[in-house]
Amino acid sequence: MNKLTYPVLRSFSCATLLAFGSVAHAATLSLEITNLTQGIHFTPFIVATHQTDHQFFEAGMAASTSLQAMAEGGDISGLDTDAVAAGAMVVKNPNLGLLMPGQSVASFDISANAGDNLSLAAMLLPTNDAFAGIDSWSIPTQAGTYTLMVNAYDAGTEANNELITADSGAPGVLGIPADPSGKSGTGGSGVTSTEQNMAVHIHRGSLGDDDAAAGLSDLDNTVHRWLNPVLKVTITVQ
Amino acid sequence: MNKLTKIAAVVLCGATLVACSDNESDDDYAKQASYRLTVHNLTNNQPFSPLAFALHQAQYNPWQVGMAASLGLEKLAEGGDTTDFLSDSAIMAANSGDGIVAPGMSQSVEITVPYHQMLMYSAATMLVNTNDAFTGLKQYDISALMPGESMIMLATVYDAGTEKNTESTDTMPGPADNGIGFDATRDDVGFVTAHQGVVTQDDGLTSSVLNQSHRFESKVAKFTIERIE
Repeated sequence: MNKLTYPVLRSFSCATLLAFGSVAHAATLSLEITNLTQGIHFTPFIVATHQTDHQFFEAGMAASTSLQAMAEGGDISGLDTDAVAAGAMVVKNPNLGLLMPGQSVASFDISANAGDNLSLAAMLLPTNDAFAGIDSWSIPTQAGTYTLMVNAYDAGTEANNELITADSGAPGVLGIPADPSGKSGTGGSGVTSTEQNMAVHIHRGSLGDDDAAAGLSDLDNTVHRWLNPVLKVTITVQ
Repeated sequence: MNKLTKIAAVVLCGATLVACSDNESDDDYAKQASYRLTVHNLTNNQPFSPLAFALHQAQYNPWQVGMAASLGLEKLAEGGDTTDFLSDSAIMAANSGDGIVAPGMSQSVEITVPYHQMLMYSAATMLVNTNDAFTGLKQYDISALMPGESMIMLATVYDAGTEKNTESTDTMPGPADNGIGFDATRDDVGFVTAHQGVVTQDDGLTSSVLNQSHRFESKVAKFTIERIE
């Protein structure tokens, strides 16, 4: 009796250890996102937990067409498709619409596998191709609350002419698609028609001007500027 | 009479000494804690108004991004007045420093508080050549800081959201304008956010009395907290 029981017990405890092992390495993360700016809206966020070989973007490298669509027009479908194809867990549009200045996205959850990274992206409005992004944050194995301050990047795919132009959210169509704040002007002549750095880089900020009917920019220089960081993301690893 | 007094004094001395040696070690630290709080002004041309330093319990929340500024914060951020800002029952000890802290300068104060299991540190000061910009720390947990240990924090600049950033004549109390500080009218977004920086006349805001020298980036102050006892 004893002899028989012993091997059974041994194999049972091995299985238990393995199960506990995988439970300890998978994790559920709770995220809160705060828009720190006074005059910038964010388009719907995409958040993904993924393996280390996947990325939304990388500073210093050219943007993918999916990143360009998000940064110029707020369209996250391409980033979603790419991430799902790479086996990622994805949360789309947790705020159910735009995130207004000073406001926060209510806490939401995303699961992650052992060794996963976390990435996040959303476009800043009104801009030509600015986005806030987290590239491949290594998810800690230790439970706890972590705070990330997120910078605004320039996708490097469109010249920052700062002119509000209908239907310019489509990739390659020059202009700012919309200003949800309703405080921009018209009749600007355009800040620039060229972009020196065509890789993803830290955004230099919007210029704006103080003439709502003319000037270089359609943006208001007392409303639409920002300083980095633009988002505070609080992540609780359970 | 003299003799009696002398003896009494000696006895008292002895008692004090005994008490001291009894309490030496961990118990002494547990009864009270002293901190040296220092701020360095890291801006180019934005003097800081007299500081508001506070050691407090967890319920004191001096500001929250996305929420309306308290009247105390509005008075501090528009006019540099710390009085209302530091009037809160959860504050255990406060200090308003010693006047303006000019760019490149620093200031230190020392505060002693009775031991408390949860102790937090908040500080705030106005960038005086602005409409309602302030910097500071909020609810920094210092409970675990031991004597001899210190922490250094670079502080962000915030906008109180209570006064529009016109930068125009007679709206800012600092030397660039010598204008009005606190004004009860609220004509801005109505909630606290990170500051977007000053535009200045040199960068295209025609009505601004500020120039390039008054600009700043998102980090404007270095705060150091050192537990000295």
